[in-house]
Amino acid sequence: MAQSLPEPTVAALARGLAAGRYSAVELTRACLARVEAAQPQLNAFITITAEAALAAAAAADAARAAGRAGPLTGVPIAHKDIFCTSDVRTTCGSKMLANFVSPYDATIVSKLAAAGTVNLGKLNMDEFAMGSSNETSHFGPVRNPWDTARVPGGSSGGSAAAVAARIAPAATATDTGGSIRQPAALCGVTGIKPTYGRVSRYGMIAFASSLDQAGLITVSAEDAALLLGAMAGFDPRDSTSVDSPVPDYAAALDAPLAGLRIGLVREFFEKGLDAECEARIREAIAVYEKLGARVQEVSCPNLPLSVPTYYVVAPAECSSNLARFDGVRFGHRCESPRNLTDLYSRSRGEGFGAEVKRRIMTGTYVLSAGYYDAYYLKAQRVRQLISADFARAFESVDLLLGPTSPTTAFEIGAKVDDPITMYLNDIYTIGANLAGLPGMSIPVGFAGGLPVGLQLIGPHFSEARMLNAAHRYQLETDWHLRAPAAFA
Amino acid sequence: MSLNRNDIENIARLARLELAEAEIPVYVDSLTRIFDFVGELDRAPTEGIAPMAHPLPGLAQRLRADEVTEADAHERYQRNAPRVEAGLYLVPKVIE
Repeated sequence: MAQSLPEPTVAALARGLAAGRYSAVELTRACLARVEAAQPQLNAFITITAEAALAAAAAADAARAAGRAGPLTGVPIAHKDIFCTSDVRTTCGSKMLANFVSPYDATIVSKLAAAGTVNLGKLNMDEFAMGSSNETSHFGPVRNPWDTARVPGGSSGGSAAAVAARIAPAATATDTGGSIRQPAALCGVTGIKPTYGRVSRYGMIAFASSLDQAGLITVSAEDAALLLGAMAGFDPRDSTSVDSPVPDYAAALDAPLAGLRIGLVREFFEKGLDAECEARIREAIAVYEKLGARVQEVSCPNLPLSVPTYYVVAPAECSSNLARFDGVRFGHRCESPRNLTDLYSRSRGEGFGAEVKRRIMTGTYVLSAGYYDAYYLKAQRVRQLISADFARAFESVDLLLGPTSPTTAFEIGAKVDDPITMYLNDIYTIGANLAGLPGMSIPVGFAGGLPVGLQLIGPHFSEARMLNAAHRYQLETDWHLRAPAAFA
Repeated sequence: MSLNRNDIENIARLARLELAEAEIPVYVDSLTRIFDFVGELDRAPTEGIAPMAHPLPGLAQRLRADEVTEADAHERYQRNAPRVEAGLYLVPKVIE
């Protein structure tokens, strides 16, 4: 493996750049060397943009020399390939978009560039973000840096693997049912899915529009606070963007946790949770008690219905969103279409992979005449019940803690033949998406040599408090600073 | 519930997805299992519960004034189109 980065975190790298210990160009070269060296083992990237990254780094160094540097100037990051980048192809992990070059940048891509960050390239992901193992990517699976025979989780598998292997200091990611938190847990890194509407989705390729949210995978909660501050905020180009002020997340990190009311969701501990993972979660909760938090059990009785609810709502929205891929305006087009229907059907049949087709068909069925009430409206009503369970819990507690994933990372190929088994990986994460709540996953130790993640779920727009709670835990422990030996 | 080959062919037709012969039994099996699984929702008591379409309470989709805000960039957009001629997207003949 190429030489390690001078510091593990964005916060420390930003200080190193500010102190002139290395230039943005030197740091970017070091990252690119690691990106190239790890690519054959991890397959974390779909596109590496070395030339553009070095140009952006040179611009960052020039800005610093001119006294125009901000806190993130010159920090290298990478974007999940679901975010549109002009002049660099955006594939969404699909054959359908293998040659798509977006005519514009996603809002978060522009905002992070304006903050001075340097983009190393586009990260691998499950096709159209539909998967929990990164095995549905048209560009091949990503491998977990802790054990390359295992999955990194998904759909933001490239983001999590790249940050865990310390080849990109931080990465953007998206979460529709757990796609930031679950890979963060399986790779031993920090992930945050903000409140629905907190971060602009303009230029983020849509999967399920009432659930999708953009966020981050980082080494530490402090890094997440720094980057989220640069990403969040109102965007008139996203009709679901919420117009509310962005707090200073970094300034809120150090607040003491004495008196913090923590709820443990009973239903998260009832069945299916690996015993060694549960032991790590209980140890982390004990750390919070030591920090002065008060822990109590709460119940969300409808939460066990979140996976079946999601597998009606998300496919329904996906079947509608992915109707735009018609072989006419952009994306894959079949050879020699016989007529317009043949053009649509063959372009889509050839361009989409097996899991995407499965979800489009599931969604088409639940929205079709005669089934809409029984499936779609029923699921929307259950969604209301799940959301009300959370609202009731937050009347008596400030944060919910529990596992992110029922197990550690599983072997590549282990679950590909059984969609239900795969879907159940997200049993603890989907609830927050259905209710639009912010969620995080932070590393809290190992089970059988593989990382375990603790999930935090907060009320709407409580990111500052959640990041604060995660940061205080990370001041007490060093799990977030452990890196896989093969990539040290 | 159990889906059959006809159901899958009908859904695929509605979704404009051409399936290879070998894909059909795979989807018969997996969609049957998915609908058995989501059938669990039947046991949730939802009488009088309003369907939830937006995840934030009290918020609905924001609207904007119907004004032109974007400049014409069709040449840029059409660079991604599989077939274009004279600013038009080309498709097979629709009317015989």
